[in-house]
Amino acid sequence: MPVITYRDALNQALREEMQRDDRVFLMGEEVGVYQGAYKVSKGLLQEFGEMRVVDTPITELGFAGVGVGAAMVGLRPIVEFMTWNFALLALDQVVNAAAKMLYMSGGQYPMPMVFRGPNGAALQLSAQHSQAWESWLAHIPGLKVLAPGTPYDAKGLLKSAIRDDNPVVFLEGEMLYNTKGEVPEEDYLVPIGKAELKREGEHCTIVSHGKMVLVAMQVADQLAKEGITIDVVDLRTIRPMDVDTVVTSVRKTNRAVVVEEGWEFCGVGAQVADYIQRECFDDLDAPVLRVHQADVPMPYAKAIEKAAKPDVRKTIDAVKRVMYLES
Amino acid sequence: MATKVVMEALSPTMEEGRLVKWLKNEGDQVKSGEPLAEVETDKAVMEIVARGDGILRKRLAAEGQTAPVGALIGVIGGSDEDIGALVGEGTKAEGSSGGANAGPPAQQAAAASVKPSKPSRAAEGIPSPQAEKTDPPSEDQAEVDVVDPDASGESGTADVDRDPASDQASGEDTAQAAGGRMGNAAPRHRPPSGAQPATEQPSHAERDGERPKSSPLARRLASEKGMDLQNVRGSGPAGRIIKRDIEAAATAQAASAGAGAVSNGPSAEHADFEDIPLSPIRKTIAKRLIQSIGPIPTFYLTAEFDMARASEMRSAMGEMGDEFKVSVNDIVMKAVAIALSRHPEVNAHWLGDRIRVFNRVHLGMAVAIPEGLITPVIFDADGKRMSQISVEARELAKRARDRKLKPEEYTGATFTVSNLGMFGIDQFTAIINPPESAILAVGSVEEKPVVVGGEVVARKRMRVTLSCDHRVIDGATGAKFLQTLRRLIENPLMMVY
Repeated sequence: MPVITYRDALNQALREEMQRDDRVFLMGEEVGVYQGAYKVSKGLLQEFGEMRVVDTPITELGFAGVGVGAAMVGLRPIVEFMTWNFALLALDQVVNAAAKMLYMSGGQYPMPMVFRGPNGAALQLSAQHSQAWESWLAHIPGLKVLAPGTPYDAKGLLKSAIRDDNPVVFLEGEMLYNTKGEVPEEDYLVPIGKAELKREGEHCTIVSHGKMVLVAMQVADQLAKEGITIDVVDLRTIRPMDVDTVVTSVRKTNRAVVVEEGWEFCGVGAQVADYIQRECFDDLDAPVLRVHQADVPMPYAKAIEKAAKPDVRKTIDAVKRVMYLES
Repeated sequence: MATKVVMEALSPTMEEGRLVKWLKNEGDQVKSGEPLAEVETDKAVMEIVARGDGILRKRLAAEGQTAPVGALIGVIGGSDEDIGALVGEGTKAEGSSGGANAGPPAQQAAAASVKPSKPSRAAEGIPSPQAEKTDPPSEDQAEVDVVDPDASGESGTADVDRDPASDQASGEDTAQAAGGRMGNAAPRHRPPSGAQPATEQPSHAERDGERPKSSPLARRLASEKGMDLQNVRGSGPAGRIIKRDIEAAATAQAASAGAGAVSNGPSAEHADFEDIPLSPIRKTIAKRLIQSIGPIPTFYLTAEFDMARASEMRSAMGEMGDEFKVSVNDIVMKAVAIALSRHPEVNAHWLGDRIRVFNRVHLGMAVAIPEGLITPVIFDADGKRMSQISVEARELAKRARDRKLKPEEYTGATFTVSNLGMFGIDQFTAIINPPESAILAVGSVEEKPVVVGGEVVARKRMRVTLSCDHRVIDGATGAKFLQTLRRLIENPLMMVY
């Protein structure tokens, strides 16, 4: 199986779906002539032309609204945000228009569209451009929220997202674009709403999504050397969440650590911990612990930024605490 | 923050208590742990202590009044703290406990707090910084809920009152508050977190430090294995019992159960008892016999012991000096303890789905008191010398009559002895105190004509009757126990063997 980057996996998904269905089109800042700020849309303008690969002005709210309108009249737009930090300006269209259109029109206007772009911190992009928005977006009924952590899942989920008749929020990662993994050449889909047990162990469950799946896998590797084996649950879809996979794992390991990029308060981990306490109360040997960004705007200084981010060491500490081990 | 004084469950079976005497007056400064009142429980007169520091602001129960466990009988608070809502709650509790003994009417009227006529949407659960800083309300203001400054645009008073008691406030008070105080009354004191306005009383178990901290999983595993968490040491934070502790304890238990099967009596340290699952025949016996005779299918075994040697021993010891004097009861208790250690199947509890056979002998001793009966316990009686048993029995009996026994002194018996010999009762049957499965009724020692070696002679004799729970003890089991007991009592020297 070919090993390709997360970036190329997304590119393949876009290309294949645009080939498959001519109602699918891509719009966003620098997606065309510049071939994408992160080169995700490389070659698409050449293949599909400027009617289907549309460079927009720097007007997030405007082109998100154009996307909603296009979806209302039967197209299947993919709206790329150069980063989700810029998408804040477009949230009215995402939250108030796209998420609610089907509901408020009494089922007359489905919203078969995708909002996608990098989410979370990269390196030294400072307070305004280092934010993870999944808990905001997952809060909204009407949106599906996906956060793949591997090239395989990125391609399979993006294809599912494009084919879905509901508005899908697709969260990528600047630090993920260069990561590599096996991706089959043949057509495949990863179902929305299905988590995956990425690693099987018996002592503790780590639940994560997106970029933090890589952290969880490293934690599992390191702890394996100490004889501690970890169930790594990759949510892949944050909403609708695959609670069954989480619960099955926690019932087996009796303890859980939830790792996410964003802040603690009302974070995705809070929701996961809530499902666990409800469904696994009698199976828990320790409180569910969470690893997350420090409760501050992301610092710019390199050392402090590192200290503020969730990482392997913090996650190992949390695992050892739920296992009642010295750490 | 105000602290409730409630009628606490001072014994495991207590459902209500009679307030005998207040030890503090309203307005007295009290410290946490300081006795507030004497309360008569179903077993003894005990003290209720303060669960917080402050001033005893209100005494809601009158002396002589009976209140159910959990009922509010007083409030401890700061000198200027608003305890209106709490007092209102107490009034309700009093009402439900039956009117005859209820507190003075004036107190009740003052206690009623006022329900806002229209709750504000802004108020629920959100602490208002302004509200906390304003002047402390005076005593009479303190009884009334007032306008929340957060909700000045609303027409009613603001705080969403979670206290159902205040729903019962009189209409008169409501009218007064709505008309006279709206908009300018002193804001009500509120807890900073928007939680309940008073310190929650810790549960009975937590107060006694009885409830071991444990993870939900540990509790589930313990219950599946039929283990008692009290006997497990927790290795988690703050002694929390976690999965590995249960597993370790289960391993230890299995090991000691294996060892205990061969040894007779108290062997391993953790093996205070052994649970024996019910065999099908035991289950059938239990089921059939209950159908026949009440929930405890009791049968009785009576035996008459010769007390010649026991009496000799008593007088011989008495001659050595007062400090060596022992009673017949002491001799019986010692003999019973030894006999039980040899017949643990009689030293057992019926637990419904299993029989718990104890390897330690905790001997209950029925003591008559003016109000009825209580059974203080001589713990580990089989390991105690007769003199120790004698001293302890006397001491416990005295404290029982003075009603000074602590709950832990009259719970936990594995077997009970009831002696009415001193009342000249020849023989009687005693009623089993569940979950114990037997009780020994001891009659008086009397001279009787008996045939010894073909001749009628006068001998000192004593009759005992063992009441047995047939679900646990069969006729022959009880008989063997009495056989051993006879040998010990008729030949007291056997007790030192």
